[in-house]
Amino acid sequence: MFHREAGVFKTTYAADMALYPLPIAKWAVAAFAGLFIVIVPLTVDEYYVSILNLILIAVVGALGLNILTGYTGQISIGHGAFMSVGAYTAANLVVRLGAPFWITIPAGGLMAALIGAVVGVPSLRIKGIYLAIATLAAQLIIEWTINHVPAISGGVQASIQVPRPSLFGFQLKTQTELYLFLMFFAVLAIVATANLVRSRIGRAFVAVRDQDIAAEIIGINIFRYKLVAFALSSFYAGVTGVLYTYYLGIANYEQFQLPVSIDYLAMIIIGGLGSILGSIFGAVFVTLLPIATRWFLESFGALVFQQSDLANMIPNLRLILFGGLIIFFLVVEPEGLNRLWRNIRNYFRVWPFSY
Amino acid sequence: MPDFEWRFTLVLLTNGVMIGLMYALIALGFVLIYKATDAINFAQGEFVMFAGFIAAGAAGLVGFWVSALLAVAGMVALGFGLERIVLRPLIGRPVIAVVMATIGLAAVLRGFATLVFGAGNRSIDMPVPDEPLNLGPVMIPPVQLVGAGVSLVFLAIFTWFFLKTRIGIAMRAVADGQQVAMAMGIDVRRYFALAWAMAGVVSALGGVVWGAMLSVDNQLALVGLKVFPVVILGGLDSVIGAVVGGLIVGVVENLAAGYFDPYVGGGTKDFVPYILMIAALMIRPEGMFGRRRIERV
Repeated sequence: MFHREAGVFKTTYAADMALYPLPIAKWAVAAFAGLFIVIVPLTVDEYYVSILNLILIAVVGALGLNILTGYTGQISIGHGAFMSVGAYTAANLVVRLGAPFWITIPAGGLMAALIGAVVGVPSLRIKGIYLAIATLAAQLIIEWTINHVPAISGGVQASIQVPRPSLFGFQLKTQTELYLFLMFFAVLAIVATANLVRSRIGRAFVAVRDQDIAAEIIGINIFRYKLVAFALSSFYAGVTGVLYTYYLGIANYEQFQLPVSIDYLAMIIIGGLGSILGSIFGAVFVTLLPIATRWFLESFGALVFQQSDLANMIPNLRLILFGGLIIFFLVVEPEGLNRLWRNIRNYFRVWPFSY
Repeated sequence: MPDFEWRFTLVLLTNGVMIGLMYALIALGFVLIYKATDAINFAQGEFVMFAGFIAAGAAGLVGFWVSALLAVAGMVALGFGLERIVLRPLIGRPVIAVVMATIGLAAVLRGFATLVFGAGNRSIDMPVPDEPLNLGPVMIPPVQLVGAGVSLVFLAIFTWFFLKTRIGIAMRAVADGQQVAMAMGIDVRRYFALAWAMAGVVSALGGVVWGAMLSVDNQLALVGLKVFPVVILGGLDSVIGAVVGGLIVGVVENLAAGYFDPYVGGGTKDFVPYILMIAALMIRPEGMFGRRRIERV
C-alpha cells in the first residue's frame, strides 16, 4: 500500500490518465484533506488562518491563469482586470439585489468570462508578444472604465462595501469560518482543473500551445479553443475577484491593478507553467513572500538599520526580491518549483538503492 | 467663437507633436532592442526612470552636463550587464520567458531606484530658460523643444546607422536570421550586448529630457506604458515607425484630452492611446512600417 513504482508499468490509457496513479496517492490526498479541513481550523490562530485564506484565493486565480498561459500558451497581463470585473459584478449584485454568494460567485465568474472572451478575440490574429500587449491594454482600459463609470464603481472612491457571505442564514464572521468557505472553492477549482486538462479540451489546449498551426492542421478549431481558454481562465479570475471581495469586505479596483496581474504571472512562472501542483506552489510562494519579507525585516532589520528607514525599505526590498526571483527561476529553473518537487520525489522513489 | 476654437486646436496639435516626438525617443530604445534581439523590453519605462534618477542625483553635485553624461555611462553599463546576466541565458526560449524576465527586471529596477534614491520628488534643471517661447498663437516650453530636438537628431542618427554603418548592417543581419548571421562570421552575442547598450544610451537621454519636464520620481516609469501604443502603431521593428507612431499617439491623446476630458471627468490621455492600439492590432498587427513575419510549421 505505501509503495511507489520503480518504473512505468502502465498498460492501458485508462491507467495512464487515472487521477490516482497508485493507492498511496489516495492516502496522501486523504491525509492532506484531514490536515487542512479538520486539524488546521481547530488549532491554528486567526491571524495565520487569514494568511491561509489569501493563499486559497490566490490558488484559484493561479489555476485560472495557468489554464490560459501554462496550458494554452496565451500570455495574459490582464488577469487583475478580469478579477475586478468579477468583484464589481458581485458587489453590485449584493448591494442592489441582496444576492447570496451562490449567485454572486457564478455571476461574477460568468461576467469575467464574457469580458475575457471579448479580450481573447484578437488572439485569432495575433499571438505571443502582440497578445501580451493587447491584454495589457485590456487591463488599462478596464481599470479606467471601472474608475470612470459611477454606475459600476459606486461613486467617488470607486469602492463598494460588501457584507460577508452567509450560509443557511448563518453569516461567516471569523477567519476560520471563511477559511472553510474558501477551501471549498479552492478544492473545487483544483478538481475541475485536474479533470479539464485530461479531457479532450485540455489536450486541445496543449496542442494549441505547442504549435498552433500544426494543431489547426490536425483538425483543432484553434480560434474556438483559444476563446474557450480565455473564457474559462477569466471565469476563474472572476471567481477569485468575488472571493477576494468577500475576504476584504470591500470591492475596490485598486486591489486589482497591473501589479496584481504581474503577481499572478509570477505565481505560475515560479510554481511551474502547465502544472496544477505548480499553481498551488506558486500561489503559496508569492503570497508568503511579502509577508515573510516584512516579518524578517521587522524581526532582524532593526539590528542594522534605523526603524524609520525600515518602513521605507520593506516594500522596495519586496519588489527587488520579487523581480529577482522571477528572473532567477526563468534562468535557472524554468519549470519552477514543481520541477524541484518532482526531482525530490524521483530521488526518493528509488531510495536508498539509486544507482 | 470660431477663432478661439481654431486657436485651441492649434495649441493642442503643437503640444501633441512635441510630446509625440518625446514618446518617439523612448520608443526608439524599445525598437532598437526588438530590431536586433527579438526581445520585448517591458522595462523600458523603468530604464528611463533609472536614468532620470542617476541624472537628478548627480545634478546637485556636478552640474547638468556632467550628470547627463553620467546617466548615459550608467545606462550603457546597465545595458551591457543586464544582457549578460539576464537576457543571454534566455536566447532561444519561448516569448513568455523573455517578457516575464523584463517584467521582473522592471520590478527590480523600480525597487532598487526607490531604495537608493528615496521616494521623494527630484528635479533636473536643464540650462534653458523657464518661460515658454511665444510663437504667435501657441506657447512652447523650451524643455519640450529640446526634447523634441534631441529626439529628431537621434532618430536621424539611427536611421543612418542602420542603413549605412557596418555595425548597423550587421545588427539587421542578426535580426534577420541569427544562424545565417553566425555563418557569415558575425558575433551575434556581441551585437546583442551592443543593442542593449545603445538602448541604454537612448533611455538615458529620454530620462534626462522627461525628467526635466515632469521631475523625477518612481511615477516616471509610467511613461513606459505609453510606448506600447507607439510601437504597435508604427511597427515594432521600424525606427521611422517610432516617430510616426509617437506623433499619432501624441496628437490624438492631446486632442482627445482637450475635447473629451470635460465630459468624462479627466484621464482620457490614459485611455485613448490603448483604444487606438487595439484597433491597430485588429487591423494591421505588424504596424504601419513593421515587417510582416511569416510563420512556418
